[in-house]
Amino acid sequence: MAKLGPAGYSPYPVSVTEGVLTPPPGKALMFNEIVDEEVAMREAAKAMLTRENPTIFPGPQVLYAWNEEAKRKAKFVRKMAEVLGAKIIPMYDYRPKYPKIDPEKEINPNHPNLTIWHNKIKACIFIGVHCHYANVALKIIRAETDCFTIAMCSMAGHEDAMITLRDQHSEDLEKFIRIAEEVKRELGK
Amino acid sequence: MSVKIFKINEDLKEFMPQEIVDLEEKATWGNPKRGVMDLPYSKELIEEHSLCAGCPESAAFRYILASLPNPEDTVIVNSTGCTSLVFPHIALHTVHPLFGNQNSVASGIKRVLEWRFPDKVKDVVVIAGDGATIDIGLDCTLQSFFRQEKITTICFDNEVYANTGGQDSGATPKGMEFKMAPGGKQWDKVPMWQLAIDSGCHYVARLSVSSPKKVEQVVKKAIYVAREVGPTYIHLYTPCILEIGLNADQGLWEMRQRDKERFKFFEYMTDEAKEVIKRKKEEGLL
Ligand SMILES: Cc1ncc(C[n+]2csc(CCOP(=O)(O)OP(=O)(O)O)c2C)c(N)n1
Ligand code: SF4
Ligand SMILES: [Mg+2]
Repeated sequence: MAKLGPAGYSPYPVSVTEGVLTPPPGKALMFNEIVDEEVAMREAAKAMLTRENPTIFPGPQVLYAWNEEAKRKAKFVRKMAEVLGAKIIPMYDYRPKYPKIDPEKEINPNHPNLTIWHNKIKACIFIGVHCHYANVALKIIRAETDCFTIAMCSMAGHEDAMITLRDQHSEDLEKFIRIAEEVKRELGK
Repeated sequence: MSVKIFKINEDLKEFMPQEIVDLEEKATWGNPKRGVMDLPYSKELIEEHSLCAGCPESAAFRYILASLPNPEDTVIVNSTGCTSLVFPHIALHTVHPLFGNQNSVASGIKRVLEWRFPDKVKDVVVIAGDGATIDIGLDCTLQSFFRQEKITTICFDNEVYANTGGQDSGATPKGMEFKMAPGGKQWDKVPMWQLAIDSGCHYVARLSVSSPKKVEQVVKKAIYVAREVGPTYIHLYTPCILEIGLNADQGLWEMRQRDKERFKFFEYMTDEAKEVIKRKKEEGLL
């Protein structure tokens, strides 16, 4: 099961080795359980609203205006950050940086743990990060930190995130924002 | 690739580091007339470098990157060596293959790009050290020339395996000593520019990087010829000031000395290459 870290360099830092796979279309994955998307969205919002220093990590697919959908998504990411009271730290590209990154301003898929440690981030959302880099980064975060990871993926999702939402397009982000507002009210925030 | 890829969404711009915003606002994309004269005014495609202070390889990088006619559609294939840690600082697609097989990997990339994007111009440029190009990777380098691959190969010749502490390479001149080659090189420097001609390159140039404008000219010519005709080769002298015991401010002086002898400017082109170069000049692109 995709446990919350720190797993250290455990022999099983990869959740597929424990039989956890991405959810089928129309469903979401919460740890090792396949659930309805709304259930997962509520839990994701709750994690972001209750854990310390929640942060959204937007990747190139939403940071750059390469099509109309990307422009719409960027607006929703901003809105989402407002509702969740989250910081935005971009993963603007995937180049490893030498000698070091500025963890207050950026996150790098090759050592995402540095940004998470530095800012003491306990919940985060990955959105618009290309799958192969999200896969790498989420594994490192899972093994090296106690951060609750949420993947909002426009494709099949990421089993290494604690919550993975698949096929997320702008209308789904809108839905998530609505749910987050509800959860926020329920929490009296 | 579309230049749009560099356009940042307004809603998220304020979260982007300045260097990335500058790449959108002040870099020269989509303009084949870009060149070294833009350097003082535009955002460079190299952010910083990890080479020794004053290393001429850093100057070579800046001039080459400023001169690429089509950076948004250029893939650079590099190699292990002093330059390898620089590539992640470059805002272009770069591929790091196994030491020595850079020309084989570049051949594959070029062929796939031609097949996948038949209507687009995609340039593939190899940048590798003398050890990678002329020594351990010589087989792959020459085979790509024999096969007439449409790629440009640029060799940073510092006449030594610098990154591993100073062993002699094929490009080391006879008699030259290095820390890990105390007996001195026993054989002559391999005349790689001549091998390139004999192996079928259509444009070949040998020079130091003492003159930015000259570097720009040869890079543009080599890329235009590779696009249309076949393999091209540029041999650049980028002395290792560390291994030959010079100070950070002496690289240019060293290159100017060698400009008069073993790196005297030399240029070769086939008739087909001449055609392309003539046309590009008429189009105002050279
Ligand atoms: C397959 C393989 N063999 C050997 C090495 C070790 N190696 C790393 S850098 C280097 C020397 C590079 O020399 P050169 O190509 O001249 O580049 P420079 O460092 O001089 O710029 C070597 C041999 C390696 N990384 N991979
Ligand atoms: S060791 Fe030589 S080639 Fe390498 S960075 Fe230093 S000066 Fe340049
Ligand atoms: Mg060398």
